[in-house]
Amino acid sequence: MFYIMIQFVLLISRQGKVRLTKWYSPYTQKERSKVIRELSGVILTRGPKLCNFVEWRGQKVVYKRYASLYFCMCTDQDDNELEVLEIIHHFVEILDRYFGSVCELDLIFNFHKAYYVLDEILIAGELQESSKKTVARLIAAQDSLVETAKEQASSISNIIAQATK
Amino acid sequence: MNPFSSGTRLRDMIRAIRACKTAAEERAVVRKECAAIRTSMNENDQDYRHRNLAKLMFIHMLGYPTHFGQMECLKLIASAGFPEKRIGYLGLMLLLDERQEVLMLVTNSLKQDLNHSNQYIVGLALCALGNICSAEMARDLAPEVERLLQFRDPNVRKKAALCTIRIIKKVPDLSENFINPAAALLKEKHHGVLITGIQLCTDLCKVSPEALEFLRKKHTDGLVKTLRDAVNSPYTPEYDISGIADPFLHIRLLKLLRVLGQGDADASDAMNDILAQVATKTESNKNAGNAILYECVETIMSIEDNGGLRVLAINILGRFLSNRDNNIRYVALNMLMKAITVDAQAVQRHRATILECVKDSDASIQKRALELVYVLVNETNVKPLTKELIDYLEVSDQEFKGELTAKICSIIEKFSPEKNWYIDQMLKVLNKAGNFVKDEVWHALIAVISSASDLHGYTVRALYKAFQTSSEQESLVRVAVWCIGEYGDMLVNNVGMLDIEDPITVTESDTVDVVKIAIKHHALDLTTKAMALIALLKLSSRFPSCSERIKDIIVQHKGSFVLELQQRSLEFNSIIEKHQNIRSALVERMPILDDATFSTRRAGSLPAAASTSSGASLNLPNGVAKPSAAPLVDLLDLSDDLPAPSSSGGDFLQDLLGIDLSPAPTQSGIGQIQKAGTDVLLDLLSIGTPVQSSSPTTDILSSSQNGKSPIATLDALSSPSSLSAQATSSARAVPMMDLLDGFGPSPLKPEDNGSVYPPLVAFQSSSLRITFNFSKQPGNPQTTLIQATFINLTPNVFTDFIFQAAVPKFLQLHLDPASSNILPASGNGSITQNLRVTNSQHGKKSLVMRARMSYKFDNKVTLEEGQINNFPKDLAS
Repeated sequence: MFYIMIQFVLLISRQGKVRLTKWYSPYTQKERSKVIRELSGVILTRGPKLCNFVEWRGQKVVYKRYASLYFCMCTDQDDNELEVLEIIHHFVEILDRYFGSVCELDLIFNFHKAYYVLDEILIAGELQESSKKTVARLIAAQDSLVETAKEQASSISNIIAQATK
Repeated sequence: MNPFSSGTRLRDMIRAIRACKTAAEERAVVRKECAAIRTSMNENDQDYRHRNLAKLMFIHMLGYPTHFGQMECLKLIASAGFPEKRIGYLGLMLLLDERQEVLMLVTNSLKQDLNHSNQYIVGLALCALGNICSAEMARDLAPEVERLLQFRDPNVRKKAALCTIRIIKKVPDLSENFINPAAALLKEKHHGVLITGIQLCTDLCKVSPEALEFLRKKHTDGLVKTLRDAVNSPYTPEYDISGIADPFLHIRLLKLLRVLGQGDADASDAMNDILAQVATKTESNKNAGNAILYECVETIMSIEDNGGLRVLAINILGRFLSNRDNNIRYVALNMLMKAITVDAQAVQRHRATILECVKDSDASIQKRALELVYVLVNETNVKPLTKELIDYLEVSDQEFKGELTAKICSIIEKFSPEKNWYIDQMLKVLNKAGNFVKDEVWHALIAVISSASDLHGYTVRALYKAFQTSSEQESLVRVAVWCIGEYGDMLVNNVGMLDIEDPITVTESDTVDVVKIAIKHHALDLTTKAMALIALLKLSSRFPSCSERIKDIIVQHKGSFVLELQQRSLEFNSIIEKHQNIRSALVERMPILDDATFSTRRAGSLPAAASTSSGASLNLPNGVAKPSAAPLVDLLDLSDDLPAPSSSGGDFLQDLLGIDLSPAPTQSGIGQIQKAGTDVLLDLLSIGTPVQSSSPTTDILSSSQNGKSPIATLDALSSPSSLSAQATSSARAVPMMDLLDGFGPSPLKPEDNGSVYPPLVAFQSSSLRITFNFSKQPGNPQTTLIQATFINLTPNVFTDFIFQAAVPKFLQLHLDPASSNILPASGNGSITQNLRVTNSQHGKKSLVMRARMSYKFDNKVTLEEGQINNFPKDLAS
């Protein structure tokens, strides 16, 4: 297995519910559930004042709690944990701007949008963009492509509806 | 119907799931939804495809199986519109991974989308490719990605750069094509493209020495300049993180410079100034700044030596180490671990602080600090460090104790200056955390105690005292019981007093009390109790006055539900009662265990244990010659790695395993050997040497040599079943002893059946000899006919005699019924049995066989076994 900066991203609620998972190195479905189960056990029970790093199966999980959500990223033993913390914060800030003071419910009902945002920040487990503004702009542009398509589709279906009246 | 109104129904589903109060309710909702989605898919309903996939992704996140939705992703990706593709690619990345065959089907769609006129669609395809592409896809699509590295829009270029990282990791051969386009990205102004380009170059250097050489020559100076510009750049709100413009860019530049500087003095020289600037000028009051400093320290440590810079770096770590923020302390410990190879002296200066971190309340920091302390230990500081760690052992968290104990034991073993100190420290550890000490550690301790003859008295007294306070620590109890069994007399007589000792008064009865407590203690396990019984037997000889009392304790276990204990109890009782004359010889002190042999044995680790224990029974510590070596362990171990046996195989094994318990295995069981599944037979042959499986035949032979080493018995001690072999054999030795003398082996009378092959003494023990006569049928060289002749060398008649044999896979064995199952005494007659062995590798491999004989005399079943691998060579040619 080769070196990947971020092996996976997990968002877990304080109750242990999974809100987002993204795997950049291959894990089978079984391994994935095991990882999630083990890690939520370790991370959710850690006290508030402790450091944000957990060593786990020869790897390191960097996590940070924002309100009711734990953002976790798994990285290699040798990587810069402090930077991974910055990446987590970067992601959170972009989500916050996008949803307008983001809360857990936003991420539940618009989980796919959270994934779209993440895909503009990380690819192949590596950081893609350090400018929050650029990410916001790219997401907005793609959202508007979807909106346009929607409008077109509804106007077409209106025309069809009219015509078949 | 509006195909994009999926949000409402998706919302409804999420609400319904969230409203569930129990897991069963949730499963029911999900099951209903999945059924609806399947129906909709089967109808090939295009309008709902989008919404169905979104729902499936949510269901997938909850951990339910969603593989049936994979093809829907492909269909959506193949649609024309951006919204469908967007959700399709998302589903692809979420529901599939690179190992699924389905993925290959998407290659074509990806190729089209990589060439799409809409840059966002190109972006979607690059993102998916970068996240999940397989080696095949990487090969197929590399040319497209290479072209996109020069695409006009930076959004596509940066995505292509990261996608390339995935490609070259999957197929390193492709990296050559990417060197030039990647290097071109280093001149970009757009931060996104620049950071991804730098990252790509870093990864290229890792897979391709040419790339490293090229970038080092042509781009080191440029990168140094880029870093300088970044460090000196004015405030830019777009990239600012706590006062630093784009720390991500800083960090990536430092990483690439590290790769370029490593092992190259010129390149290292070129970056010295800027590294010094980063190390001194970066603000360290926020996380972002510390992240840069941390990266900078690592780069300074990795590139070619520059004394001044390294002092700077170690000082930064020193500052980190005294930081109040746990994160910073954690990374400092982490980095000091790397720094230790560069400048051990500088790290030693922080030893006191690091030792404090071992006692931190944060498990992550404890663990890091302990690792670091472990590498900091050397001959000069081992004593104070060990003292600190052992003192802490008492108050540390339960979860941390195991790890801490292991490290302390390892330190003691590695650096102990003298045996006295070693034993003292180990006893302290056993006292405080005996339940966390691994078996091999206390085994090693016993070996050391045994070899330190001048400390026997001291040790047994120290253990006696420790036992009084910490009788709940399992391994302490074991070591104490062992030592009391061996050196109990020294405890009572205060033999070998050291100056530091206070004399204690211990009576023989007190000593027996200790063992009695150990054996009574309910929490203690089988091994400890078994060891305690042995110790009692030994004490009964050392303290004749307590003999009766000891017998009473031993007898209490004759009704034990654990067979092992019951057997020991009965046998030891009989030794004490009936065989006073040989008892003292049986329970002599163990010969001194040789440290060197022990450590090599330990390195060989467990696989050797099985053969070791059979060796042990050949050469018992108490010096009793042993007529029959029955390495029961070997066969019993079978039960662990049995392949699911067929019914007949099961019978066969049951016979093999059950022989000790059910005295008369049926003849039919043997007849089934052939059918019994050759895997099982192979296992039989390779047991004991799973590691060196290349020579499955060696274990039995070598055991007779290894058996010379008394340490073997120590290994045997740890496994109850081997104890049984040892104990049974010693007990069995008793009635046999006087019988052995005077019976020289009776001369062989092999029947001459006209074969050209010499007869072979296939097996010989003090009680039994087996001779093989060989013949072959003309025209069938693979098959060897063997006539086995069994001769009883003892004056007892053997009844229920059964011969069993096992062969490896390449052989086929057929056993005819034996001529009788009663073997007359003293060679006055024999049993013959015909065997037919067919060698499927005739001409390549020679015959080999494992044999097992069981018989009864005095109503006792005896087992013997052996391996036959000295078949005449010409049988196989």
